[in-house]
Amino acid sequence: MTNHWVDIKNADLVLVMGGNAAEAHPCGFKWVVEAKASRKAKLVVVDPRFTRSAAVSDFYAPIRAGSDIAFLGGVIHYLLANDKIHHEYVKAFTNAAFLINDGFQFENGLFSGYDAAKRKYDNATWQYQIDGQGFVKIDETLQSPNCVFQIMKRHYARYTPEVVSQVTGTPRADFLKICEMIAETAAPNRTMTICYALGWTQHTVGSQNIRTMAMIQLLLGNLGMAGGGINALRGHANVQGITDQCLYSEVLPGYLSAPADADKTREEYLAKRTPKPLRPNQMNFPQNFPKWHTSLMKAWYGSAAKVENGFCYDWLPKKDAAYDVLALFERMHQGKMNGFVCQGFNPLASVSHKAKVSAGLAKLKFLVVIDPLATETAEFWKDYGEFNPADPAAIQTEVFRLPSTCFAEQDGSFTNSGRVIQWHWKAADGPGEARSDLDIIGGLFARLRALYAQDGGAFPDPVLGLAWPYRIPRQPHPEEVAMEINGKALADVTDPKDPTKVLAKAGEQLAGFAQLRDDGSTASGNWIYCGMWSQAGNLTARRDPADLTGLGQTLNWGFAWPANRRILYNRASCDLAGKPWDPSRAVIKWDGAKWGGNDIPDMRPDARPEEGVMPFIMNPEGVARLFAPERMVDGPLPEHYEPFETPLDGNPMHPNNPKAVSNPAARVYPGDLETFAKAKEFPYVATTYRLVEHFHFWTKHSLLNAITQPQQFVEIGEELAREKGIANGDRVRVRSTRGQIVAVAVVTKRLRTLEVDGRKIHTVGMPIHWGFRGVTHPGYITNTLTPFVGDANSQTPEFKAFLVNIEKA
Amino acid sequence: MNVTRRQFLKVTAAGLGSSSLAMLGFSPQPTLAEIRNFKLARTTETRNTCPYCSVSCGVLIYSLGDKSKNARAEIVHIEGDPDNPVNRGTLCPKGAGLLDMIHSANRLKHPEVREPGASEWKRITWDEALDRIARHMKADRDAQFIKTNADGVTVNRWNTTGFLASSAASNEAGYLTHKVLRGLGVVTLDTQARI
Amino acid sequence: MVWQSLDIRRRSATTTPMPQARESTEVAKLIDISQCIGCKACQVACMEWNDLRQEVGYCVGVYDNPPDLTAKAWTVMRFTELENDGRLEWLIRKDGCMHCQDPGCLKACPAPGAIVQYANGIVEFHQEHCIGCGYCLTGCPFNIPRLSDQDHKAYKCSLCSDRVAVGQVPACIKTCPTGALHFGSKEDMKEHAEQRIADLKSRGFANAGLYDPPGVEGTHVMYVLQHADHPEWYAGLPHDPAISPLVEVWKGWTKPLAIGVMAAGVLASLIHYVMKGPNEISKETEKEVENETRPE
Repeated sequence: MTNHWVDIKNADLVLVMGGNAAEAHPCGFKWVVEAKASRKAKLVVVDPRFTRSAAVSDFYAPIRAGSDIAFLGGVIHYLLANDKIHHEYVKAFTNAAFLINDGFQFENGLFSGYDAAKRKYDNATWQYQIDGQGFVKIDETLQSPNCVFQIMKRHYARYTPEVVSQVTGTPRADFLKICEMIAETAAPNRTMTICYALGWTQHTVGSQNIRTMAMIQLLLGNLGMAGGGINALRGHANVQGITDQCLYSEVLPGYLSAPADADKTREEYLAKRTPKPLRPNQMNFPQNFPKWHTSLMKAWYGSAAKVENGFCYDWLPKKDAAYDVLALFERMHQGKMNGFVCQGFNPLASVSHKAKVSAGLAKLKFLVVIDPLATETAEFWKDYGEFNPADPAAIQTEVFRLPSTCFAEQDGSFTNSGRVIQWHWKAADGPGEARSDLDIIGGLFARLRALYAQDGGAFPDPVLGLAWPYRIPRQPHPEEVAMEINGKALADVTDPKDPTKVLAKAGEQLAGFAQLRDDGSTASGNWIYCGMWSQAGNLTARRDPADLTGLGQTLNWGFAWPANRRILYNRASCDLAGKPWDPSRAVIKWDGAKWGGNDIPDMRPDARPEEGVMPFIMNPEGVARLFAPERMVDGPLPEHYEPFETPLDGNPMHPNNPKAVSNPAARVYPGDLETFAKAKEFPYVATTYRLVEHFHFWTKHSLLNAITQPQQFVEIGEELAREKGIANGDRVRVRSTRGQIVAVAVVTKRLRTLEVDGRKIHTVGMPIHWGFRGVTHPGYITNTLTPFVGDANSQTPEFKAFLVNIEKA
Repeated sequence: MNVTRRQFLKVTAAGLGSSSLAMLGFSPQPTLAEIRNFKLARTTETRNTCPYCSVSCGVLIYSLGDKSKNARAEIVHIEGDPDNPVNRGTLCPKGAGLLDMIHSANRLKHPEVREPGASEWKRITWDEALDRIARHMKADRDAQFIKTNADGVTVNRWNTTGFLASSAASNEAGYLTHKVLRGLGVVTLDTQARI
Repeated sequence: MVWQSLDIRRRSATTTPMPQARESTEVAKLIDISQCIGCKACQVACMEWNDLRQEVGYCVGVYDNPPDLTAKAWTVMRFTELENDGRLEWLIRKDGCMHCQDPGCLKACPAPGAIVQYANGIVEFHQEHCIGCGYCLTGCPFNIPRLSDQDHKAYKCSLCSDRVAVGQVPACIKTCPTGALHFGSKEDMKEHAEQRIADLKSRGFANAGLYDPPGVEGTHVMYVLQHADHPEWYAGLPHDPAISPLVEVWKGWTKPLAIGVMAAGVLASLIHYVMKGPNEISKETEKEVENETRPE
């Protein structure tokens, strides 16, 4: 979230789309209800299903699963065509005026630079025009045909209300009513917040779904504002924290892009990741990359990391390919993996195409499952009849199941969706011999290190040299690790403006990432968390609920990254002179000498407004990107593409280009393409989701939750039920090309049949929460049905839109 | 309202005279009622965070005993932490039911192994489990470690043992796991967060 | 001193005067259906706090689960899909004891002390005194009490009297994620309801209103309804609930007469209960009573 949970109460309009906050985040949703009650805010819900969020909305509109960009592109068209944008904001704080390369083109559904054989774009033509000093050329009149504003206007001119309705199935009048409500927030003193979640990410166009919304928020001037922002309501209690610790292949802690084969030396590696400013006077904050990376190397490799050896740069593994979860199971399926460890992760249930995942696990030599609960993954080899047919004798994988403690049984910190890090305390021991994740990892590493010390082996240096300063090596204490994440001074850290001034003495905890250095004099395990445990102690344990701001900022509760800032890009809440757009909800302001107010300024505190330092400090251009010259592999502007399993004959936006039906840059593995269904045989759009009564695959183990939602079901609309002769409560079989599930039918008015591209589209809704273990009635793993393909940028699987058929069982 | 014959009988013949009993001289004294005792009175309260969604609600965990040496804390109740600025004491149905997840019959209690081809779990000690896993990992790493790529660039990677990290682990556990994995040269790691 | 832990206003089958000197604040629960997301947190919190675990049921084609109140499910969500004026509404009503000011269950109850009404308005069942006759079911205009299959005693929401007695709010209130549930003095709750009703009217719900039915002299559980003119749209919430005339007749003007006539019967029944335990046909009775008292 750019903003945070309580801040939702400051909104005038709440859009819930690509998510279902009332069900997935009920206690956060209270702030939507609060905004309605105390600010007279309106709630709009757009969803294929009339959800429990919709139940308390002011306006609900249905949409076909997988057509969000068409809807949102239509909103952009509406805002531009009706001149409902926040002009001053757009002109100053976005790249609307920036000029793009002449060669940029968008034709018949494809951007320039497409290589069909590789399914990849070369983004050379998407780049800015650069002047002699290395800065981007701009046209302040916004009239140049090459400026972002005009390119965007042309691009979305096609997204008329008629086309939107044709593609999405949303009735035209409903769409226009929502556009009107959204457009009202273009006023400087009106804001809209967007609450989205996996309903937008779990598509092959997931990242672009979100980008489209971000563009709308920028056009309306809602980013950086209290009650605004773009707010991903994330899944697990510490999913934000684990994302920040970056337990994925592409990045190191703090989103530091990990080395790849092309980054031969530390110098090359750093140079590529340390951008130059693209406009004059900009903060270009990523220029500090070497400080963050060097401090990480010092935290990991301690005294072994020296200037002479490039701070152990070569000890870091270099990445040669994609290793996201789909890629991992693809490799496993191909027999290229020998071992696998699942730490609190139940991929047999969570990852698409269960049969493929299961076949992959059966090819492993060893599998380790660390979990508080008996997961399906740990028993993939066991025969559970119709729910998991298996022949244990034929599966040679050696499987270990290690009991871990749960939240109540350990100390530590979780980071919520609003980036607030909060410490928690142990209440009791775990059951039996359960151990904490720290103890398990510590115990395992201690053994590995001892084996390497004793027997040697492949490149033992990093194994033996890894900094391990914990008092009990087999049991690192959470406090010790938290302090390491924050980081400390290894030598006195002085003020660059006044070298006689010591900011942090050697050995002291650092106060924030501004104190990090690239010369090895500081260590920090995660630069964005720097400040969480300073000399003042563990700031994540702060429990002062006082809100002196009236905005719900509670700056002394826990610690928010970065720098305890609660609203990102908050400089954009003020006009160019530093005056809040809406003084009644002022986040920060320029007081004549410095930035300050109700938040930690997202700006150099002494940057005078006349200097023109723009609010989007993580971009080298200082402004937000309506047009993305880089980082998006599937296009600089979002475009509607059909899900890989589409109920239509093609992409109605590009009916004559078979290459532009689905995301042209999404990765598809050979063998999977053939499993994608055609609408003729599998005519119904399926979508999977959570119910409020359950959490993922955990609460099926909790009796109280089993009582409130005991048995697997699928939801269908009344019209489809009539066509298929299915009555409420019947058992039905749902098939995709990858398998089938059987469940109880819930026939409901809440799933409407939509008119899309001249035909009727029915939706089959499938809650995910069941499996073959649990205290609910056993059920099928819904991911038996889902396709093995992910978003072109994030590789998040397309769980939200695929094709099935359904019949009475 | 229609009075059916059966209802009438119920009232007259069977619907017996309640308060009339007292008038007939039955004393209420022996049958006084007491409200249920407040069950948290002397329990220990611990502050924690709900492990489910990313609202990360503050919870108060109530356990039996006062943490004295001989008292094994048993968690008996969980409710919302009213101080937490986000949930302000509320909990959703998942959070309100946390007690049954903590005490689920499906909690794992001991390390176990399923030997290749076996059809049942076998209980083992932590030492055996971690020793065997460490040996598996070392064997695979030593056999599969890639020091340089085809171009002779030092790459120091190990990509045949994978790791999937939890989104429910603490920051500290996540960080330490990451540190260990990169230290071993693992590039095949991903997280629940992607999904 | 149990008699005073919460002052008792009325006690079933008892005429001993109740303490009256102290003035207790009347409490109330306000359920704002327009803010309810049907998440069932209140159901879970209720079961958790009251140590109830109903058996795991089945999906019968609706979200309602457990599908009805039981001796171990004291509150349930009732979901209604309503097409109104061309738009879909999903009305979700938390069902449970209304804690009537004039409680029909208490009036109908023949077992001394099995049902009490505290001075703050809470109506509570004390199962240790319950004889399992099921008359409270007849007396209840809302079809709330349920007889347990296990012990043949009647159960229902206690409004967490154990929490209220120590100055806490009921478990359902505290947990409610959206604030659809509020608890406080009845006066404050009515005022809060007024604000909510004004808000709903400003959003086009012209008939929004408070449900505090006079037929039972008002309730200590009240609803804010978007369509107060149609309470029956909310899974059959009764329009004008009132205590069955039979209970009223029996407990009203005929009482002095009845005492004489029925004294023998009372004793016989009590002896029967003492000797044989609860009435063996109580389950059947429960069904009959349910059928007869279910709102249209």
